[in-house]
Amino acid sequence: MNKNEADEKRIIQAPFGKEEIESLKSGDYIYLTGTIYTARDAAHKRLYESMLKGEKLPIEISGNVIYYLGPSPARPGQVIGSAGPTTSSRMDKYTPLMLDAGLNGMIGKGKRNQEVIDSIVKNGAVYMAAVGGAGALLSKCIKKSEVIAYEDLGTEAIRRLEVENLPVIVVIDKDGKNLYENVFESEK
Amino acid sequence: MREINVDIITENIKEMCIEANHFLSDDMKAALNKAKKEEKSPLGCQILGQLQENLKIAGEEMIPICQDTGMAVIFMEIGQEVHFTGGSLEEAIHEGVRQGYVEGYLRKSVVKDPLIRENTKDNTPAIIHYYIKSGDRIKITVAPKGFGSENMSRVFMLKPADGEKGVKNAILQAVKDAGPNACPPMTVGVGIGGTFEKCALMAKHALTRKIGEHSHYEHIARMEKEVLEEINQTGIGPGGLGGTTTAFAVNIETYPTHIAGLPVAVNICCHVNRHVTRKI
Repeated sequence: MNKNEADEKRIIQAPFGKEEIESLKSGDYIYLTGTIYTARDAAHKRLYESMLKGEKLPIEISGNVIYYLGPSPARPGQVIGSAGPTTSSRMDKYTPLMLDAGLNGMIGKGKRNQEVIDSIVKNGAVYMAAVGGAGALLSKCIKKSEVIAYEDLGTEAIRRLEVENLPVIVVIDKDGKNLYENVFESEK
Repeated sequence: MREINVDIITENIKEMCIEANHFLSDDMKAALNKAKKEEKSPLGCQILGQLQENLKIAGEEMIPICQDTGMAVIFMEIGQEVHFTGGSLEEAIHEGVRQGYVEGYLRKSVVKDPLIRENTKDNTPAIIHYYIKSGDRIKITVAPKGFGSENMSRVFMLKPADGEKGVKNAILQAVKDAGPNACPPMTVGVGIGGTFEKCALMAKHALTRKIGEHSHYEHIARMEKEVLEEINQTGIGPGGLGGTTTAFAVNIETYPTHIAGLPVAVNICCHVNRHVTRKI
């Protein structure tokens, strides 16, 4: 655990700029508050193909944060259903292009490939993890959810989320320092 | 001969899909509580605390434990004295899954064709495994399986000369490769022996075993304990963010195999190891 204990929450406003990215270090436990977007496999594929064709995208990538999430349906009266992160590596193929387009942050779980890590460093972005399989808990941090594109994709549609104190851990910072790698290094 | 109307199967499977996605079995909860007490990493401990809180919210507010409510894997043990009436058993099972996932606000995560990838919108079809047993009872186990961990599962066709050491290395390799992707603390299901498909099915079935129970074979039970210890020494930890709790259990099933082979399957399950069993 780093110095930012839960009783001294470090809250980061989303979307955030390069100045905040500078301050986010691998291993930091932070809470995101503000606006983020969801996109997982199928939405990434569409965004990627649109970008290659030079088409206008349904969301502004530049400066924003994408949460790799496909929620379960909301019950009546709920904002959203279970809402934890999905495995990030399936997005690796599409990620460098999105980082080149100015994407500032990603929230998911699990490892990224070297190409993504290099692109994070090149573009000065940040990769964060939410706790996988804690979807009920994480859903309580989502105050508003609205499908804004690719509605036909169902759970995989792009949503704009308003989040409050969404707990995430910085895994790969803008210098390419990778918390998952350190886990193995400390074991040697 | 005992007659059972298939509508009873549909109703039970519907309820079991919903139950499995909101409540973990007591042994899984106990394993989590024990891990929280014993975890050495403060960050790991904090994550285990989040998982405990997550379970509480899931049950109290009926929000699925995980948004990946899985593909519905169903084990049907059917007594050979049972006669099903009222329609097709197989369709009744799929209908139970359909009703459970639609009415239970569970995520529809199944695509009709693996390449065209159009969502079936009701989470069917289920994956069904039938076993014919003696007697006139039915035992149904519903085990929704998420794909974060399913994707990290492996089959190894080892050589007999690889022996126990080779099997242990294969399990460890699969767990290390899975790392944070499989949402540890994991349960590791292992099938050793049989054929290519038999070992995979045993690995899947092994995940439904109670945490803390071991194989009836002494040498296999010993291996389960030894491999678990080695897995927990990898340092992967809760969420893959470092710690001493990487797996809750290693459950191994075995079967006779060919003189030329040593098949090993490793089916990894995340900390949301869901399975509900009912006897009818």
